[in-house]
Amino acid sequence: MNISVPHTARLLGAGLRALLVLTLVTGVLYPLLITGLAQGLFPGRANGSKTEANGRVVGSALIGQSYNLPLKEGQQTPEPDLKWFQGRPQNGLGANSVNTQYDLILSGATNRSADNAELVQWVRDAKAAVIRDNSVGGYTVKPSDVPADAVTSSGSGLDPDISPAYADLQVHRIAERNGLPVGHVHHLVDEHTEGRTLGFLGEPRVNVLELNIALERLVTEH
Amino acid sequence: MSPVLAGLLQLLALIAALALAHLPLGNHLARVYSSGTHRRVERWIYRGVGVDPDAEMRWPAYLRGVLVFSVAGVLFLYLLQRLQGVLPGSLGFASIDPDQAFNTAVSFVTNTNWQSYYGEQAMGHVVQTAGLAVQNFVSAAVGMAVAAALVRGFARSRTGELGNFWADLVRGVVRVLVPLAAVAAVVLVAGGVIQNFSGIHEVGQFVHGHGTGGSQEWNGGAVASQEAVKMLGTNGGGYFNANSAHPFENPTPFTNLFELFLMLLIPFSLPRAFGLMVGSVRQGYAILATMATIWAGFVALMMWTEFTHRGPALEIAGGAMEGKEVRFGIGGSSIFAVSTTLTSTGAVDSFHSSFTGLGGGITMLGMMLGEIAPGGVGSGLYGMLIMAVVAVFIAGLMVGRTPEYLGKKIGGREIKFAACSILITPALVLVLTAAAMALPTPGHSMTNSGAHGFSEVLYAYTSAANNNGSAFAGLDADTQWFNTTLGLAMLLGRFLPMVFVLALAGSLARQIPVPATAGTLRTEKPLFTGLLAGAVLIIAGLTYFPALALGPLAEGLAS
Repeated sequence: MNISVPHTARLLGAGLRALLVLTLVTGVLYPLLITGLAQGLFPGRANGSKTEANGRVVGSALIGQSYNLPLKEGQQTPEPDLKWFQGRPQNGLGANSVNTQYDLILSGATNRSADNAELVQWVRDAKAAVIRDNSVGGYTVKPSDVPADAVTSSGSGLDPDISPAYADLQVHRIAERNGLPVGHVHHLVDEHTEGRTLGFLGEPRVNVLELNIALERLVTEH
Repeated sequence: MSPVLAGLLQLLALIAALALAHLPLGNHLARVYSSGTHRRVERWIYRGVGVDPDAEMRWPAYLRGVLVFSVAGVLFLYLLQRLQGVLPGSLGFASIDPDQAFNTAVSFVTNTNWQSYYGEQAMGHVVQTAGLAVQNFVSAAVGMAVAAALVRGFARSRTGELGNFWADLVRGVVRVLVPLAAVAAVVLVAGGVIQNFSGIHEVGQFVHGHGTGGSQEWNGGAVASQEAVKMLGTNGGGYFNANSAHPFENPTPFTNLFELFLMLLIPFSLPRAFGLMVGSVRQGYAILATMATIWAGFVALMMWTEFTHRGPALEIAGGAMEGKEVRFGIGGSSIFAVSTTLTSTGAVDSFHSSFTGLGGGITMLGMMLGEIAPGGVGSGLYGMLIMAVVAVFIAGLMVGRTPEYLGKKIGGREIKFAACSILITPALVLVLTAAAMALPTPGHSMTNSGAHGFSEVLYAYTSAANNNGSAFAGLDADTQWFNTTLGLAMLLGRFLPMVFVLALAGSLARQIPVPATAGTLRTEKPLFTGLLAGAVLIIAGLTYFPALALGPLAEGLAS
């Protein structure tokens, strides 16, 4: 094998030139072409599927958000605003982070194992809270009624959806807090329940942001 | 419809789509790596690089091409990250620290795409698009080039020549990856994946008022263009920390199935191309059948364990939804977890650390097989062909005759190259895991304790040495120890096997083919598929059983 220094340098030069030329193709021309096509064909989606309500952007249809009460004096974690439908629990992402000059959306999961004591406690607490918050008037939530997605956090921490079962479970609470007939709220959930794509892809789901936008409209009309 | 049935139908739809697509793509791949002509754009590239694409290379020259190109890739990506703080288009992010920049550069050049950083908090537009995304293309093309060289070793005789590395590299990018990725990226944008170059900006929220935030801070990015090649090239490095669980990377059940399709497309098409290039499509299908059987079996096992959701937290919750998204559910997440660890992808649409104990074990075992069912782009095919060489050798020992495969004798020299190639990754995984467990500090990175804590470390080295890139992400891998040792595992786990694969290819290409006789093992028959699958499972099983018993098996059996 020829491993003389000039020969190796010449080879490495070829490697670098190949990398630079391919960077031009795949790292400059290709992404610019795709961006042009995306912005031309699907500008709304390419920019994050922003959703509006009352003439104001209220987030993305794809990204989950929290529906909390304002923080009170001395409070560390805000309480949920129970007049709105609540999404999935958003437990910690871990304290380690690389670059903190921006407080961006940080996506990620708890990464706790099924036998992790902390996770067991989070699930227990979440289940107790779901039962407590949603047992209103004559309606009592049984522990076996609570679906798994209501007490576990998602992979991204930004799950925009809940299961139809979790939405149904919140109906009585929502009706009471907003002074609406239970039947109207049930109807609202049914309207916003999306089945499996083509009947078999994914799972049935309810987009919490869209549901709350519709709820707000229902409250103002009522 | 029950979630189990829906999951199975998704699996069937995926199989049907792959069965349709592998025919034209397999034919195309065989043409690409056999073609004697150059396209105009390719000629411009060769002129820019200053190489002769028609010069035949023997294996040492081919290997030198692979190595210098990869060294250049590591250097360039390392510098780009170190300079991020002064580059424009970096969203105000600082330069990456040396140990993390080394780890990330190696990670993307080796097609691993292990990430010890949070994408949305660390990497700006320039590093993502002109650095990381570029390696998504070229590292995949390098994998395919090495596979093509090995296939030529079987197909050619009385020559040491294996083709031209630069031509294979450039064709893989220009004729295969860029056109497919461009179409896929547009489909992904249509599904809701973002594609823009906006900076960090505030977007209003539904609830507004004091203390509720009132807005979310978003960063834009060329996500769809990178996502397409991330899956297609079995790379798997997420634009965002949550990878394919992030709604901007994978917004709907349809995009989930489409991303699954993309990651399996080339690995399941290459066996047909191999068959065509060695002059017997049935030989290719015997390899494909082995890959598909193992993959389908693993998916079935994963669905079973995830739907039964054993484990304290999951039993209290009433379902294995921790770390999974509602829109994908357990079915879609299970198919994804198996496919990403049986290929070298490592993208995740759900977080493996929160799977059932046995489910986590299945993801690890998938990588431990060597990622050959169907494996990474290129690396899956050459990995499985190495196992085929080992399998015919074992069969030869049983009947007491010199083994041969595709008319080439598997003698002492060939079997030594094959054995060295398959011993490297287990050695890296087990030695480095043992070292991390024996030393006092690495253990501080674990989030979970007990068997699962050990699994986090075992998973990390398994993932790095096999160039997968997924993680039991509770492990805080951004420490000097993990950045350095995982970086070394990725480098050695990628390039040492390539050395032996190319050496084997060179040795095979020099041989004079032996004619098939009545005593020749028929390697295109189902019997051989069974033998090969058995060899794959037994070799990995024997190697890793003690380690698996301490981690996922202990956790799974305790629950």
